[in-house]
Amino acid sequence: MTSPSCLDARKISKRFDGSVVLDHVSLKAHVSRITSIIGVNGAGKTTLLKILAGLEEMNDGFVLIDSNEISASALRTHSTMIFQKSIMISGTVYDNVAYGLRVNGVPSQYIKEKVRDALDTVNLANFEKRKARKLSSGEQQRVAIARALVIERKILLIDEPTANLDPANAMLVEQTIKSAARSRILILSTHNLAQAKRLSHQVIHLYKGCVIEDRDAEDFFTSPHDEKTRLFVDGELQ
Amino acid sequence: MGHGEEDAALDPILQGLIQAIQLIISGDPEVYRITELSLIVSVSGTLISCVWSVPISAFLALRNVPGKRTIKGIFTALIGIPTVALGLSLYLLLSRTGPLGYFQLMYTPYAIIAGQCILVTPIIVSFTTSALESVDPDVRTLARTLGASGFQTDALVLREARWGVVLAVIAAFNRAFAELGVAMMLGGNIRNVTRVLTTAIALQTSMGDIPLSIALSIILLSIVMTLSIIVSLARRR
Repeated sequence: MTSPSCLDARKISKRFDGSVVLDHVSLKAHVSRITSIIGVNGAGKTTLLKILAGLEEMNDGFVLIDSNEISASALRTHSTMIFQKSIMISGTVYDNVAYGLRVNGVPSQYIKEKVRDALDTVNLANFEKRKARKLSSGEQQRVAIARALVIERKILLIDEPTANLDPANAMLVEQTIKSAARSRILILSTHNLAQAKRLSHQVIHLYKGCVIEDRDAEDFFTSPHDEKTRLFVDGELQ
Repeated sequence: MGHGEEDAALDPILQGLIQAIQLIISGDPEVYRITELSLIVSVSGTLISCVWSVPISAFLALRNVPGKRTIKGIFTALIGIPTVALGLSLYLLLSRTGPLGYFQLMYTPYAIIAGQCILVTPIIVSFTTSALESVDPDVRTLARTLGASGFQTDALVLREARWGVVLAVIAAFNRAFAELGVAMMLGGNIRNVTRVLTTAIALQTSMGDIPLSIALSIILLSIVMTLSIIVSLARRR
């Protein structure tokens, strides 16, 4: 399988119990570039990421990878998602990071080495035997990142990765995200504008389920077109 | 009541207790035979019941089954089924003139095992379903985003709920081990054949053999409590 270089979502709509959560959302994300989706709470960021990860069905729209339309189940084979709340399965850090490798049928002789490398990447070397649920939230988030990186999916979707972290852990996570993006299509959801500014190449502003601005990061922050984006960037949009 | 009368009232209990301990320590063959059969019957009944109870629980907890709440409610209500009522129903089925009389299971350990299988099914189903439902739903989402198949996802949820499942099985075993109605009505309390701890205790008490009753009760309680303590300690690790 060749590595995808472009994810193209077209007119995605999602409704829950009659209320529209996403309304004809379109976006394009490219390999080696970090695309940030920003917006206030409830804008639909997490739902959009879940759809792009193949975890949620869309009501309308479709997703193309390198110009080929792709189903939700096929999306799951290309992508993985890191959630805002780090979900640790019971057992050790090793069990957590190795889980994705095991279910994907990676031979056991390679698993140990891959887990060690992934933990090195997130500065958690020698944490293999620690109980995952007893780690701090920052460490758990780094385990979650290692667990996602180790399965080597080319599309990485990250939902509010540093929302509950202290500055030191947040910085480590951001560094890992930057290095992970070099060979991946990486879409990040955040309401942390400073983080979006530091990390992104492209920024999409989602407001009440609609994309109201989609531009290169620099232009987005210096000269937003949309009035709501300007208010959001200035911290005045609730 | 004076001191002398109190001592006289306590005397048979104390004596019974001392003799009971002697019976256990001396390795009385009767006591050990009864204990062994009780364990075989109750462990078999519980494990056989797991064969269908755990999959039923997984199906109820992890799939969108129509009427799920009603089905769960029925299983929960059946937890309290009187053992004599169940024993009577099975007696009518298994007795020589009953529809299953052909198998000649009455008054054999197999009849007790069959009865205990049915008795503990609602316990395992109810408790295991609750344990599976209490697993964070995000665990399923996580498994799917890491590439797990539907079956692997269910297996992970089952793994996350494993202590709840173990507790369900232990509770079921305790119920089977300590019940009297099914063992008495289907087993008939035949010495060396179907006599288990509970039926033996009932018999020896009615015959006035208090030391043996106490000895058997101590064993019954010790096994039930030891098992619970082991599970609790293992869980803490």
